[in-house]
Amino acid sequence: MGLENIIAEALPEVLTTQLDSLINWARKSSLWPATFGLACCAIEMMNSTSSRNDLARFGSEVFRASPRQADVMIVSGRVSRKMAPVLRRIYDQMPEPKWVISMGACATSGGVFDNYAIVQGVDKIVPVDVYIPGCPPRPEMLIHAVMMLQEKVMKESVRDRKDVPEEEAREAVPPGTLPVTDGSAALKEALAEPRPYTIASRHERRRSS
Amino acid sequence: MASEPENKETNPLPTPEAGAPSPLVAALQREHPEWIAEVIEAFSETTIVVPREHIVAACSFLKTSPETRFDFLSDICGADRGPEEDPRFEVNYHLFSTTKHHRLRLKVVLSEEDAHVPTVTGVWRTANWHERETFDLFGVIFDGHPDLRRILLPDDWQGHALRKDFPLRGYEPYSLK
Repeated sequence: MGLENIIAEALPEVLTTQLDSLINWARKSSLWPATFGLACCAIEMMNSTSSRNDLARFGSEVFRASPRQADVMIVSGRVSRKMAPVLRRIYDQMPEPKWVISMGACATSGGVFDNYAIVQGVDKIVPVDVYIPGCPPRPEMLIHAVMMLQEKVMKESVRDRKDVPEEEAREAVPPGTLPVTDGSAALKEALAEPRPYTIASRHERRRSS
Repeated sequence: MASEPENKETNPLPTPEAGAPSPLVAALQREHPEWIAEVIEAFSETTIVVPREHIVAACSFLKTSPETRFDFLSDICGADRGPEEDPRFEVNYHLFSTTKHHRLRLKVVLSEEDAHVPTVTGVWRTANWHERETFDLFGVIFDGHPDLRRILLPDDWQGHALRKDFPLRGYEPYSLK
């Protein structure tokens, strides 16, 4: 959101764990998943929101089709190499803070598909917070993973997120505005280049530091 | 049900006698013997091996001739016999007639050095994507194809995945470039 960056800069010492716990409680109580149902694990993911399993008990039932409205991406199923750039783009479109659950053996390690077509683990593309084993995992295991992620969220601090590089902040576009496109040759040249999928998200930078 | 009538001889499946070519092949052999390099009859399916330079003419003849009327191209598939074989590649055309209800398979064999085949998109438009798939997975070039791009594998893929000498796990582990 950016508010916590301002607070952390203005009040570096005053910021207490009380505010952390309030923000983290708000975040963990409504983790909205972006569905990335890719294979049979998606059936179990759908079932986990059904009346029998009822993921809504843990505030995580609002599956969003738009990544702009999602907090956690549940990668359920095998990721093919052709889908990998698409998955990374969806992940890049999710606003911070964001988390990833790798659901099932295929998303975690490639599973039985040890071949040229399948990415051997979605953690080669996006950072993963919780891995779920199973082929496919039962809905209870997905609910358990959501609860583990909630525990992880509660351990975070807003100070961890004060990691925006200066150049990124300077070039940030205010919401509601579009970048100027005059169709110049330089712009066309820039657009002709392949999209850089390797820009590290803040999620990743936080993990590596 | 115990007293089943003994009219088992009315077998609906016509079984051609061994050695006798099917009427389709006989008609084609009478008209254009140079199109037929070899005839294979197996499992009541007929396969004709056609020389590469005659494949378009043979296809358009089989489509338009009133006796054959192969108006539906079910599939084009490639096959790799292995890098040690010569000819190495096959391209199989599976034809079906929706009016006559008969099937035929045409086969073109290709060497590895010259894996080119004329396109049949002018005969059946559905050949467009079938030929792209065969090109994508086997590397067979279809000369004259309007849009010979990859169709299944990613655009920046190296190699052709269904060749026998393609490594199972690909040439390099996946990474975001």
